[in-house]
Amino acid sequence: MTRQAAALLVEDVHKSFGHHDVLKGVSLSAQKGDVISLIGSSGSGKSTFLRCINFLEIADRGRFVINGEEIRMKCGREGRAHPANWRQIERIRTGLAMVFQSFNLWAHMTVLENVIEAPIYVLRTSRKEATEQAEALLSKVGLYDKRHAYPAFLSGGQQQRASIARALCVDPAVMLFDEPTSALDPELVGEVLKVIRELAEEGRTMLLVTHEMKFARDVSSHVMFLDQGCVEEEGPPAQVFGAPLSARCRAFTGALSH
Amino acid sequence: MNFSWIFSYWPLLAAGAVQTVLLLVISVGFGFILAIGLALAQVIGPRWLKLLARGYCTCLRGTPLLIQLWLLYYGVGSLLPMIPGLRASFLWPILREGFFFAAVSFTLNYAAYEAEVLRGALLAVPKGELEAGRSFGMSSSTLLRRIWLPRAIRIALPTIAGEVVLQLKATPLAFTVTVMDLYAVAYKVRQDTLLVYEPLMVVTVFYVCLTLIITRAFKIVEAQVPVRR
Repeated sequence: MTRQAAALLVEDVHKSFGHHDVLKGVSLSAQKGDVISLIGSSGSGKSTFLRCINFLEIADRGRFVINGEEIRMKCGREGRAHPANWRQIERIRTGLAMVFQSFNLWAHMTVLENVIEAPIYVLRTSRKEATEQAEALLSKVGLYDKRHAYPAFLSGGQQQRASIARALCVDPAVMLFDEPTSALDPELVGEVLKVIRELAEEGRTMLLVTHEMKFARDVSSHVMFLDQGCVEEEGPPAQVFGAPLSARCRAFTGALSH
Repeated sequence: MNFSWIFSYWPLLAAGAVQTVLLLVISVGFGFILAIGLALAQVIGPRWLKLLARGYCTCLRGTPLLIQLWLLYYGVGSLLPMIPGLRASFLWPILREGFFFAAVSFTLNYAAYEAEVLRGALLAVPKGELEAGRSFGMSSSTLLRRIWLPRAIRIALPTIAGEVVLQLKATPLAFTVTVMDLYAVAYKVRQDTLLVYEPLMVVTVFYVCLTLIITRAFKIVEAQVPVRR
């Protein structure tokens, strides 16, 4: 059996804020095309774990191999690790597009300007090329008509779809979704999930922190249940949702499905 | 009311208006650039730079502009000729003029006020938008140039508009260091014609017009990014 190079390999991530240990050794490996959902109650560390992967939070300890490239870390004072070279982090980040819970679209730019920003100013794509690509992506998420609108004039669902288009426009190796539907009104959740589902079906490699259990069960190739900073249960969705081994996981998925 | 003097004095009035506008544009333009540096020093600078920038802002905002102007004009101004070679240099025609000292002191003072406004605005930019920039691999300088500063300046625009109008109204102080600005022209008209109110009324109209132009210009700039209220 030929083993593909992992798109993402993260080992033994530890992170604490003050005396509070948020992550106590979480590992993950994603092959190209995997859709991995991270579930768990609030405060279980799943968002922190996601943010450690693109170094918005710096893990105290851990090994990161992203798109075949290992992040060089050095040990700083207090025994905490730091990236040895921020240039490397900046380069790695361009391959890891993130979609945030609160959208975080740049309010001083139109939707189109938001989408072409990173391609032009980080990847150095020509404006013409970036615009063509952005318009195609905006059509795909159903926002072509709104491309000249400012984010403040869009609904939450539209803003999140715009931010997905923004993430897609850098053609990332791995997409990170940090609770993409948690800030949305219930009637707007569907339109965003539909877009994410399409991406999953296209074979995009994705990491998805979510509270949408049914959605996670449908689209994921692998589900991780985090509890108190540890992976309590992981496996194919049928196992995690259907026949979890851990009692905590059974209680969590049970509580949510009823 | 006697306005007949206007016909013989209009070239002087126009020249005065030019001086006033020049002082305003120079001090706001250079002051703003300086203010960006001062604000960044206070927000992301190392500790010593933070303290230095904060100290600068406190001192310049805490003392009357008139005193700053006079300290510069009579103090530094009297020291300049002692610098060897300066009197013979091509810079001297600029450096010996009151206008130079007025422009410098207005710039320094405006920068101190504007830095405080910008400091607040920089801190008011939502953290998430900066994180979004970082998550796309932007370097610190790209993030600053493309997201942080433009966003902060937009936030600060209404306040900046007010500060520019205040700055316009500070310019008559330049009269005290021999600059022939609008107010100085009114003063000269009074001395020549013994009319007190008419020249003041005419320059008042000038100042009001300038203020209208400034507020109008800022309205246009602000309208470029519509805000949902």
